[in-house]
Amino acid sequence: MEESIFQYDFIIKGLLGAVFASITAGLAGTYIVSKRMVFLSGGISHASFGGIGIGYFAGINPVVGAAVFSILSALGVEYLSVRHKIREDSAIGILWAFGMATGIIFIYLTPGYTPNLMGYLFGSILTVTNADIIALGIMSLILIVYFGVFYRTILYISFDEVFARTYSSYVDIFKYITTALVALTIVLNIRMAGVVLVISLLTIPPNIAMLFTRVYLKIIVLSVIAGFTGTAAGYVISYFAGIPVGATIIFTLVVIWIVAKVINQVVIKKNG
Amino acid sequence: MAYLFEMHSLSASYDTNVVLKDVDFKVSESDFIGVIGPNGGGKTTLLKVILGLLKPVKGKIVFNTDLINRNSIGYLPQISTGDINYPVTVTDVILSGMMIQKKIISRMSSSDRSRAGEVINELGLSGLADSSLNELSGGQLQRVLLGRAIIGNPKLLLLDEPGNFVDSTFENDFYEKLRELNKRMAILMVSHDIGIISSHVKSYACVNRGLHYHPSSEITNEQLLAYGCPIQLITHGDVPHTVLKYHN
Repeated sequence: MEESIFQYDFIIKGLLGAVFASITAGLAGTYIVSKRMVFLSGGISHASFGGIGIGYFAGINPVVGAAVFSILSALGVEYLSVRHKIREDSAIGILWAFGMATGIIFIYLTPGYTPNLMGYLFGSILTVTNADIIALGIMSLILIVYFGVFYRTILYISFDEVFARTYSSYVDIFKYITTALVALTIVLNIRMAGVVLVISLLTIPPNIAMLFTRVYLKIIVLSVIAGFTGTAAGYVISYFAGIPVGATIIFTLVVIWIVAKVINQVVIKKNG
Repeated sequence: MAYLFEMHSLSASYDTNVVLKDVDFKVSESDFIGVIGPNGGGKTTLLKVILGLLKPVKGKIVFNTDLINRNSIGYLPQISTGDINYPVTVTDVILSGMMIQKKIISRMSSSDRSRAGEVINELGLSGLADSSLNELSGGQLQRVLLGRAIIGNPKLLLLDEPGNFVDSTFENDFYEKLRELNKRMAILMVSHDIGIISSHVKSYACVNRGLHYHPSSEITNEQLLAYGCPIQLITHGDVPHTVLKYHN
């Protein structure tokens, strides 16, 4: 009886986690892939590890620490690149390693037990709490409303910022808000996929979608579907094979991407 | 004739670098002005001031608000500003020209969409409405960006180096299209290619820190001197030929 309740809880958590992860990653992922911000997002996710370490050390929720760290680093890089005072890729590279180093130092300095580092680096459904799922659910809602209301504004600013400035004085505000939301999305998905793997949760689904459509809205919808398929299948496989869930999800998504790519090539050849 | 805007002893600069100095300039409704001058002479800066992207440090620009406001200016920037691999369709790009008339929360109405359809037909892009930009030729891409500039029926059209990405087969069509548009709007065309635009514009503005307006479209030696470096003009004839200076 107890085991079946545990299993039921596990399945519900897994299912909700998969739904919210694919919605948030699909929306934020389409934005970063289209705008070629994948490297920045990789930097954000690794920088957030610094926040996790500081969170442990200070005895506050590591996710809160990661959220603060990642948003500050994301806005910092955006700000620096707007001002053109520093090469953006160098800034990201420095931030990337600095975040990891900070995280390791503070976790090492934390007295007592060593936290489950592997869980944060590679993700683990076992460490996902109800609060994490609720936070991801709220994030899904925020992103759906934000992209729903400002769809064209976001699309046009990220397509041609120079032209957007000719009609809008809100270009920078939108860039900062969207980047902050991307950073938050990354942090909230770290429990699922881990610091190292989360970036592929955001980048693989839009790349699958873009094999079939070039329409922004359709890319978002297809990304969410592809993301859910990969995440749910990854869960099931990891559960029965007894292998880590984060890695299994990413592996499954890459397999889907390869299959989609092959189908795409065959269709093109047939039609061409 | 009514002026759309007037600049009065206007100066503009980036940080401490003065790019435009004491410019007096008027543009009226049916003008078709070629803005020429050397690179770095302030041509693009002039457009930025008109668009309101750069505030003048001295002097002012006054719009005749009965005829025009900043929402009725169409702008064709240099090609390099947008990412042509961005997942966005021809219709979406043309519709983005309507943003200038919208608030932050913007929905495209069905009349916006049918207006986009009209522009697509007018510019000979039918059949490409749902294509993405990386499927287009240079000339088609230019027409899409021209469509974005004119969808809102502007009173003034600003073109920044349109010759940069025009393919030669479409070049004549493009300038012919501009001539047609000039019946409904004033056009200000920035170009360093004085030879190519000379047969299309009605008058010139030479920009090299200062601005000299030349009411006729004939090219004079004075205008050529604005370049500050040797340039060569190209003419067409039955046999391809090069024109050399008279012997002294």
